[in-house]
Amino acid sequence: MAGDPLKFRDPARARALTSALERVTADIGREVSVMHVCGSHEQAIARFGLRATFPKDLNVIMGPGCPVCITDVPEIDEAIALARQGVHIATYGDMLRVPGSSRSLADAQAEGGRIHVVYSIRQALDLARTLQDQVVFFATGFETTAVTTAAVILGEVPGNFSVLSAHKYIPPVMEIVAEMPGTRVEGFLAAGHAAAITGWGIFEAFVKEHDIPVVVAGFEPLDILAGLLRLVELVRDGDRVVVNAFPRCVTRDGNLRAQDQLWKVFRPIGGRWRGIAHVPNGNLRLRDEWAHVDARKRFRIDLATVWDQAPPTLAHQCICGDIMAGISSPNDCPLFGHACLPDSPVGACMVSSEGTCRIWHQYGGGGPNLSTYGAMCEVRR
Amino acid sequence: MCLGVPGRIVAIDGLVAVVDFWGMRREVRLELVDQSVAVGDYILNHVGYAIRRIPESDIQGTLDLYEQLLREAGGGDLMAADVRAELAASERQRVDGKNNGR
Repeated sequence: MAGDPLKFRDPARARALTSALERVTADIGREVSVMHVCGSHEQAIARFGLRATFPKDLNVIMGPGCPVCITDVPEIDEAIALARQGVHIATYGDMLRVPGSSRSLADAQAEGGRIHVVYSIRQALDLARTLQDQVVFFATGFETTAVTTAAVILGEVPGNFSVLSAHKYIPPVMEIVAEMPGTRVEGFLAAGHAAAITGWGIFEAFVKEHDIPVVVAGFEPLDILAGLLRLVELVRDGDRVVVNAFPRCVTRDGNLRAQDQLWKVFRPIGGRWRGIAHVPNGNLRLRDEWAHVDARKRFRIDLATVWDQAPPTLAHQCICGDIMAGISSPNDCPLFGHACLPDSPVGACMVSSEGTCRIWHQYGGGGPNLSTYGAMCEVRR
Repeated sequence: MCLGVPGRIVAIDGLVAVVDFWGMRREVRLELVDQSVAVGDYILNHVGYAIRRIPESDIQGTLDLYEQLLREAGGGDLMAADVRAELAASERQRVDGKNNGR
């Protein structure tokens, strides 16, 4: 890429922010690591070359912020098992090449599975209206996207339409990362659009319990620099508070109408996030009253039917999990850029436009402080 | 997947708004947005739903940035592709753009 780096819309302000970031990091006088949990933040950091402007003692790490990447293997297998029963599967394009235990939805499509790429759940709904056959929307994404699934389920849904929910809820995974043994994450940059739904107030209990500051930030380069500056100031001053650095989109209470629909339709349950851990309350599943549109209730899904092939041989070398936990960087992976490429991904992080490996492969990781990335955790899990 | 793009409402018919994104008109659903919205308001659109009304005073810089991204970025650019996907998620205008609704 890098041929056409976009200009900052206010270069003077960008310079002021980066020099303030340099000064505050120098005040701390040691290495500081902070984590963001959003693929769109990483895209902007890489796309606009921000990491090269960060002080060398500031590590800005992407955590488990790619919803495609943390969709777990059995969830992919469920969708494949349904496709093998002849059910139409509609899902977001990035999901097709995410590896399941032995194959991906793209492989299932090549074997004759009826897999449809959609950009929104409403397009899946339209598909169901044009077909007589069963259509399952394989629903992935964080709360920002889960609210749209909820809105559809609360509306009028054709009888041949159901939802296989792999939606995930971000706040609980921040607790997992904060509690990871030896973690050096000293602050979180929370994703602005997810917080537009949940409100920034949701992080207050987290801050109190884990003694770690949170700054809610937007997605433009200046938003990210301003958010990071505020976060590093909080680290320097020992302030354990939530700061909303994205007030044009985020309020304390968030979008109550969307929250109401979200929790009417979904309940949080514990479950694995690919490569990370079991995350208590991290998965969103349909409540019992929506059983009639729940693909897990409508169909018998036998995962053993997709275990007729051995797992891909390179998969055991993939370090996606460590990358998403902030323990390793793509550069630590022997497959990155060699055996694992956007056209032939081994791990989920190379598939999604929000995956760290995919982003770094396109834009470069950027910046001199990458070598310290792997030193994030003293204890590898 | 959580990017969201801003656009300006040009018409409203019940729970459907026609929204202008850099000259492209798309239908955006209004079930989720919790502020009252009217023609002329800017909203943040995510996979075909307005999730937030955005104050007009804050919007121009954001619009310019994404416009520049769409104009300058090549076809393979991930971030531009995600912005385009957000637009593709919204349905092409079907309701009457002249109906200024509620």
